[in-house]
Amino acid sequence: MTETDAQLVARCRLGDDDAWRELVDRFSRYVYAIAVQAFRLPEADAEDVFQEVFARAYQNLPKLRDDSAIRPWLAQLTRRLCLDTIRAGAREQPGEIPEPVGVDDTIATLDEALYVHEALEALPSNCQEILDRFFARDESYRNIGDALDLPAGTIASRISRCLVKLRAELEGRNTVPAESGG
Amino acid sequence: MRNYDEETLAVLLRTLPAAPEAWVKAAQEIPLARRGLDDIVERARADRAFREALIDDTESTLEEAGFDHDPAMTEAVREHLSS
Repeated sequence: MTETDAQLVARCRLGDDDAWRELVDRFSRYVYAIAVQAFRLPEADAEDVFQEVFARAYQNLPKLRDDSAIRPWLAQLTRRLCLDTIRAGAREQPGEIPEPVGVDDTIATLDEALYVHEALEALPSNCQEILDRFFARDESYRNIGDALDLPAGTIASRISRCLVKLRAELEGRNTVPAESGG
Repeated sequence: MRNYDEETLAVLLRTLPAAPEAWVKAAQEIPLARRGLDDIVERARADRAFREALIDDTESTLEEAGFDHDPAMTEAVREHLSS
């Protein structure tokens, strides 16, 4: 059973380094995606935002009122820092710099993608590995086959079977992905 | 309830690519950095004798340098020395 966000945050508060590593691992894709997809920051700026988000999260974790709200809290923090970065880069331009169009929609999609990713972590490790390599890392059948020591000709059918398992896992959950909100 | 057909799942899985490994590792090391990892790595770069002592016996060298016994710190220093 995967640890809930609240349980993980509670362990982080106790100074558990392993819990912090797990927390970064759990939300790193999400923070990264907000910076590069929702705000389209260049890589160097995205890296600065990414590190600042986690540095501030570490610093301010004891002040978080609701441990289960870590995801929307990180989303808000990332949004604010992305916007600060955009504004800092446009200092010479007068007037308020608005958020890029579509940020709310993109973050809503990322919330749902994170929900699916969490369900993925409940699958057997071979399915996690193969789906992550193919979809999120964009690896070829050949590369996946080489890495996992599997015949390349079987990768497509394995992906299909793992997607069926992922769908079943999602259907077995009685929750819907919560949105971080704007 | 949303219908998670294969196509939808594929799109959503593609939406969250992994962040660069180095970024994730740096963020994971924030607690260690706060406890002095950055200073140790910097000193090991500048001070050859200290670096060699760390390579020879990381744990004892850190304790002699005034750091409390910390297996996570020891492991992180070893990783930095070997990278």
